[in-house]
Amino acid sequence: MSDCHGASTSSLVSGPNGASSAHKTIALVGPPNAGKTTLFNRLTGLRQKVANYPGVTVEHHAGRLHSRNGAEVDLIDLPGIYSLDPRSEDERVTHDVLRGDMAGIPRPDAILLILDATNLSRHLVVAAPVLSLGLPTLVILNMADDLRDRGGTLDTTELSQRLGVPVVLASAAKGEGLEPVFEFLDGTLAVPPPSGSPFPILNNLPSMKDVPSCRAWATRVSQGAWKAPMPSVWSRRLDAVFLHPLAGPLIFALVVVIVFQAIFTGATPLMDGVEGLIGDFGKWVATTLPESSWRDLLTEGVIAGVGGVVVFLPQILLLFLFIGILEDSGYLARAALIADRTMARFGLQGKSFIPLLSAYACAVPAIMATRTIENKRDRIATILIAPFMTCSARLPVYTLVIAAFIPERPILSHLLGTRAAAMIGLYVLGFVAALLTARALKSSVLRSDGTPFLLELPSYRWPTLRSLGLRLYDRAMVFLKRAGTIILACAIGLWIMAHLPLTNGKPPEIRDSLAGSIGRTVEPVIAPLGFNWKIGIGLITSLAAREVIVGTLGTIYGIESEDDTQGLTAALQKDLTPGGAVALLVFFAFAMQCMSTVAVVKRETGGWKWPVVQFSYMTGLAYVCAFAANRIVTAWLG
Amino acid sequence: MQISGNSQLAHRATLLDLAPGEEATLAELSLPEEIAHRLMILGFVPGSSVSYTRSAPGGDPRVYRVDGADVALRGETASHIHLERRM
Ligand SMILES: Nc1nc2c(ncn2[C@@H]2O[C@H](COP(=O)(O)OP(=O)(O)O)[C@@H](O)[C@H]2O)c(=O)[nH]1
Ligand SMILES: [Mg+2]
Repeated sequence: MSDCHGASTSSLVSGPNGASSAHKTIALVGPPNAGKTTLFNRLTGLRQKVANYPGVTVEHHAGRLHSRNGAEVDLIDLPGIYSLDPRSEDERVTHDVLRGDMAGIPRPDAILLILDATNLSRHLVVAAPVLSLGLPTLVILNMADDLRDRGGTLDTTELSQRLGVPVVLASAAKGEGLEPVFEFLDGTLAVPPPSGSPFPILNNLPSMKDVPSCRAWATRVSQGAWKAPMPSVWSRRLDAVFLHPLAGPLIFALVVVIVFQAIFTGATPLMDGVEGLIGDFGKWVATTLPESSWRDLLTEGVIAGVGGVVVFLPQILLLFLFIGILEDSGYLARAALIADRTMARFGLQGKSFIPLLSAYACAVPAIMATRTIENKRDRIATILIAPFMTCSARLPVYTLVIAAFIPERPILSHLLGTRAAAMIGLYVLGFVAALLTARALKSSVLRSDGTPFLLELPSYRWPTLRSLGLRLYDRAMVFLKRAGTIILACAIGLWIMAHLPLTNGKPPEIRDSLAGSIGRTVEPVIAPLGFNWKIGIGLITSLAAREVIVGTLGTIYGIESEDDTQGLTAALQKDLTPGGAVALLVFFAFAMQCMSTVAVVKRETGGWKWPVVQFSYMTGLAYVCAFAANRIVTAWLG
Repeated sequence: MQISGNSQLAHRATLLDLAPGEEATLAELSLPEEIAHRLMILGFVPGSSVSYTRSAPGGDPRVYRVDGADVALRGETASHIHLERRM
């Protein structure tokens, strides 16, 4: 145990939790973009999970690793902070966890404080409040590679004496200089001897309330021990291009087009491959197992239902790959800058842009991310419009309907085809609905002065394969977990309802089944949109989650069809008119078909008022617009 | 700068008066306490030097360099951040 090393080592296991506690908890703390997540990924690899704090819904990653002496260490990646000022909700989480005030999370036994070595004098401002907590702390000055390349220097021994805690220079991305981090986790890293340093810093830390003196302190600490690197020439040059009055917006548009075209064409071979595999597996099961209801449940319910959704995994991963590259490279912050003027026109601020962008992945984390918006009214407005952004669960529905009804033709030679253009159109549709709703809200019930837009632009960096890989792994797990729980349950439930009630021990025609009669009950309501009772069943099951409609239709058509060779696309073409197809797309663009979103909005706004308003508004809008779309397309084609 | 020279006699210079590449010393943030606090944490501390880098397409928001980092803010905010009188 590390206690044996005595006072000269930074002991992690001593303290209130005692040496007997099962494992230590260590918190990763630092400003945004210091490299916390990169280090976290390097230390924990795949042994991590995403969790929510109990009560509040700020996501955090937790992971376990074994230190070299065999002890187990729990690592938590906290939200990035500029100060320990518990004013913004994000910072309050970090504040509460570090003070042990967060229910369900043990007070950390030690802290890994990550600062960007290329930006030391400003990042050191965070060190004052963190060090004053008095927990064993290792200061990791990250981005050693970048500091070196740009000609900066750093004296870790001197800094360590000034701060009174061990300081190491490392590169989380390159994996350099991390040896002392492992020693710290083992509790075998030497703490600098208390020296006659001119900075009696631990007893004399400035209060965060007084920012100027905090900054003066940070400057004093770094002075002489740190030589600032040359400003990054590349960031300058890239900004000159990406923020250029003409080239900037053009590149922005080009990036969007390329991403969508790649999602469509690039994912096709992979999706065909997965579809083929699932089809072969279904046939194998059908021919291998003896004939029984169980076999039918397996092939028509589970394989057709869940398989129909799993096919979209490659496409969703490709989307997340692009989001990952844009975010890790630093381009996303520039995109927020380009978008700010438009956002301002609709009464929103650029800070709403980042949650709205992440709503392209999923509205749930996006709604959690609105916590960084200090203004309460701005925050609610952003929460209310976030589900209009095209989340990845809509992708399967869109892809299916577009592939069935829109022939692929080039528009801009190979760069853009009709299908990708239709998809971009749907994304734009959601975005426009979000903006107009924001405008209406901000000029009425949610009018406010607003807090100004402030954004620190991170330097451009090459995204690392490791971090992209971990993101995709994370996403794949989330997706497969949904497929294995919500979608599986819906598929089985639906299959059973489609086989009841038994007459003379035989299941009815699907039209007359329980599921069928529910579908036919809602049919009069949705017939004006061009939907029949089968789509009706899909609309009901997709209340659980949007992509469930794809699985539901897979199951219904699976039960219906005599030979299993008829694909979902072909079946859909028989079942929907072009007007109904467009109406279905519009309906899914607007409707709030997602129980997780309703739940998170209730939690974040603290009551049922806003989620009920939001759900009614979105469903009403979806209905009216789908109705109009059906009429217009039908009149136009007829 | 010849363009802004005269008008500066009339009012105190703000961040808006800086030309691209120009550097100046921050004097005072005439903004609500909460916003001023956040700006100071990002580096806009009276007495420190700041330079105007460029604007986003369309002229707003604007990017300023303080303490080795690029920070973007809207012109509306920049107009409340005063500079010490330049030569
Ligand atoms: N050059 C370099 N880049 C790094 C290093 N560590 C992290 N990065 C990059 O810095 C960016 C921000 O890192 P991230 O871990 O997301 O920061 P966080 O916001 O603190 O979690 C990413 O693009 C990383 O790839 C490093 O040691 N060297
Ligand atoms: Mg992070």
